[in-house]
Amino acid sequence: MLSYLAKRLAGFVPLLLGISFVSFLVMAMAPGTPVDLMTDLNPKASPEARERLEKFYGLDQPLYVQYGLWLGRIVQGDLGTSFSRDRRPVLDKIAEALPITLFLNVLDLALILGLAIPIGIYSAARQYSLVDRATTVFVFIGFAMPSFWVALLAMMLFGEQLGWLPISGLRSLDYDSMSALGQIGDRVRHLILPVGIAALTGLAGLSRYMRSSMLEVLRQDYIQTARAKGLSETVVVYRHALRNALLPVVTILGLSIPGLIGGSVIAETIFAIPGMGRLFYTSVLMRDYPVVMGITLIGAVLTLLGNLLADLMYVAVDPRLRKR
Amino acid sequence: MAERATAVSRLAAITPALAALVAAASLLLHGCGDGSDGDNAQRDDPQSPAASAAGADPAPAYGDAIVFGTIGDGSTLIPMLASDSSSHEYASHLFDGLLEYDKTLSHLEPRLARSWEVSPDGLQITFHLRRDVHWTDGVAFTARDVQFAFDTIRDPKTMTAYAEDYKQVQRFELLGDYDFRVTYEKPFAPALASWNSMMVLPRHLLEGKDINETDFSQHPVGLGSHVFESWERNTRFTLRANPEYYRGRPHIEQVVYRVIPDESTQFLELKSGGLDMMGLTPLQFRRQTSSQTFDRGFRKYRYVSNSYTYMGYNLDNPLFQDVRVRRAFTHAINKQEIVDVVLFGLGRAAEGPYRPGTTWLNKNLRPYGFDPAKAKALLAEAGWRDSDGDGILDKDGQPFSFKILTNQGNDQRLKTATVIQKRLRDIGVDVAVRVVEWSAFINDFIDKRRFDVIVLGWSLSLDPDQYDIWHSSKTGYKQFNFVGFKNAEVDELLEKGRRTFDEDERRRIYDRVQEILVEQQPYTFLYVPDSLPIVASRFHGIEEAPAGISWNFPQWYVPTALQKYTIAP
Repeated sequence: MLSYLAKRLAGFVPLLLGISFVSFLVMAMAPGTPVDLMTDLNPKASPEARERLEKFYGLDQPLYVQYGLWLGRIVQGDLGTSFSRDRRPVLDKIAEALPITLFLNVLDLALILGLAIPIGIYSAARQYSLVDRATTVFVFIGFAMPSFWVALLAMMLFGEQLGWLPISGLRSLDYDSMSALGQIGDRVRHLILPVGIAALTGLAGLSRYMRSSMLEVLRQDYIQTARAKGLSETVVVYRHALRNALLPVVTILGLSIPGLIGGSVIAETIFAIPGMGRLFYTSVLMRDYPVVMGITLIGAVLTLLGNLLADLMYVAVDPRLRKR
Repeated sequence: MAERATAVSRLAAITPALAALVAAASLLLHGCGDGSDGDNAQRDDPQSPAASAAGADPAPAYGDAIVFGTIGDGSTLIPMLASDSSSHEYASHLFDGLLEYDKTLSHLEPRLARSWEVSPDGLQITFHLRRDVHWTDGVAFTARDVQFAFDTIRDPKTMTAYAEDYKQVQRFELLGDYDFRVTYEKPFAPALASWNSMMVLPRHLLEGKDINETDFSQHPVGLGSHVFESWERNTRFTLRANPEYYRGRPHIEQVVYRVIPDESTQFLELKSGGLDMMGLTPLQFRRQTSSQTFDRGFRKYRYVSNSYTYMGYNLDNPLFQDVRVRRAFTHAINKQEIVDVVLFGLGRAAEGPYRPGTTWLNKNLRPYGFDPAKAKALLAEAGWRDSDGDGILDKDGQPFSFKILTNQGNDQRLKTATVIQKRLRDIGVDVAVRVVEWSAFINDFIDKRRFDVIVLGWSLSLDPDQYDIWHSSKTGYKQFNFVGFKNAEVDELLEKGRRTFDEDERRRIYDRVQEILVEQQPYTFLYVPDSLPIVASRFHGIEEAPAGISWNFPQWYVPTALQKYTIAP
């Protein structure tokens, strides 16, 4: 087991090198440099000013030198400084955005799991019942609607018309003058719409997956046997069928771990949430190479770890795999 | 908010989000106009709660906060380093210039300088600073601070895009604590306006530090109308009124910028009270803000904005070298139709590159007028006829066919191009519209001159100098006369205009420049959109002027009875 883990981890090194090099190359090939975006169509920016800026950012060096310098810093654990005029460390920028996105995504995922699994089980156990059909229609409506559109409608209804919930942001303007309890309440109120809508539109996949996986298990001989033994349907479904039906869902969960750090640009833009999606998007637009590379690298590491974790989780829940 | 202007032509950038990124140049001006167009400014509306609660003219009071929406966050609060519009707007509350344009945008008036003299030969400017100004940490503001900023912006190590104007200065002499003189190599009329808020930095805090890396840029000490309070990245930027402001303490105690990247969200926030002011889109202005709720809660303003949209011809392309072809196109395009369709009527047709309502616009320019028959006649004169009967004009066997290029993300420009496409098709010209992502648009098409015709915009400058856009020496790589306009008389006039300080004489020079531009049509000038701000009606003291509404922001106030936020001292 340990040697397997070591082998997998060692394999990460060339993979990460490859990923980072390709990302660096693609980014450098994209038209426009950060200097262009500061000086294009600005009559007050002279060619000398452009050159100075290019030199300052090291963009006058050949590409392999730029990559080498970047790699040298990464090896020392330094993600560099943003090209943006705030000149802040990349790590600080990511450290601000990451917790927000992570928190929201974990909430989303928990909510989706909490809803999708019961929906899937119920739909499978009562296949073609009214409830099954109704939830099917419901989750597909959620799936089919563009999330930004639902978000705007919900903001109009709950935020503007009814005035129950705040429209955007994560905290109110007068947050600092609230009591501790008020502050918690304020945060929760701000989370309801973004989390609820992400869950609504993300429900379909997992609940359908759960349903079909459950249906398959319920057709197995051992379930027939359990029923024949005279066990109650509840015990059959929850003790005998559920565990096996959860296996594929666990795989999906593992694969969704890297997704936890990637925020949705659209949702974050609409709800004015300063998360990873927006950070990455604006960094790409501004050709802020160090931030783009930093996020790509962290994303790559987490994706690889997520895959590894999914494999390990699979081993944990499936005894048949442990022997290998 | 409070507007600071420099003489800079700047591209009116694409999407609002990108605007923050691309808006390279200088301190932005938000709205400018002729002031007579305020048909929607519902001042003294008897229905407004302000009027009923506190009488027609409630007394100015201190307190309350105003919440602005911004599409993108700023990055640095040192004006000379900033390259995005939000940074400049944030910093405009913190620093003042030595002099600034007045509310009519026609004259420079004193700020940190109480007076200045220009020597008769135009080579020397002597500034006399106010003696009663202090940095908010209590240290007196002196000519040494200006000298420090001047040295810093010219330092090759400083990462600024704005050093050009100051490199023309030969000598900077301190004449005392509050007086200094600058000597130019040659007379340079736009120089005066360049002594703006970029030229003011607290020497006592920054001397010996690396300006590019100092954390002063994140929490500066200024001397402007407001004091920095807090900055939560990509979320909120907060300022407090500066009680010691030399032009009088601002009435509104707190200024908050909320970063809300989506326009629809901003609008919902405005409706539900989360924002006090934003710029409306033409659609929102016309269709979504006319209810009674809006009339009670908000006031809408409408005035000429500071940018224009044009169609530029690549003059290196033989297709467009005949001036009759360019004139024909201008006749074929119905500018008013574009304003009606694209801007819902909230703008006006443009005839030249100067802002309507300012002293620099030549009022005698003769509009071309929408006249397809004349357009056809002009094209026929230039040799374009439909000889093979396919509905498309041709000459020497070649059909008249080309592409209009514009940048992605600007819906108004795309719609404009589409309307033009239809109108040119009507006179037998085959036009395709192509939209290209911003960076590729600039790098691969504009810089390399690989375009036939472009639809693009410029911000109108306050100083009339447009040397960079029209002078024949500015047609090089990455320069701004990318249509390749070359006219000896214009060159001479532009050079003369830069040397001339006398306003009347300058006006005559630029009037002539405009006449030639109208005659030659290197661009078909299309339209100037209106600025459409909306402000919560509890704010009083707003005065619309050619400079917009924000020029007297420190004098805005909320009568005590209407105050919404209680700001802890």
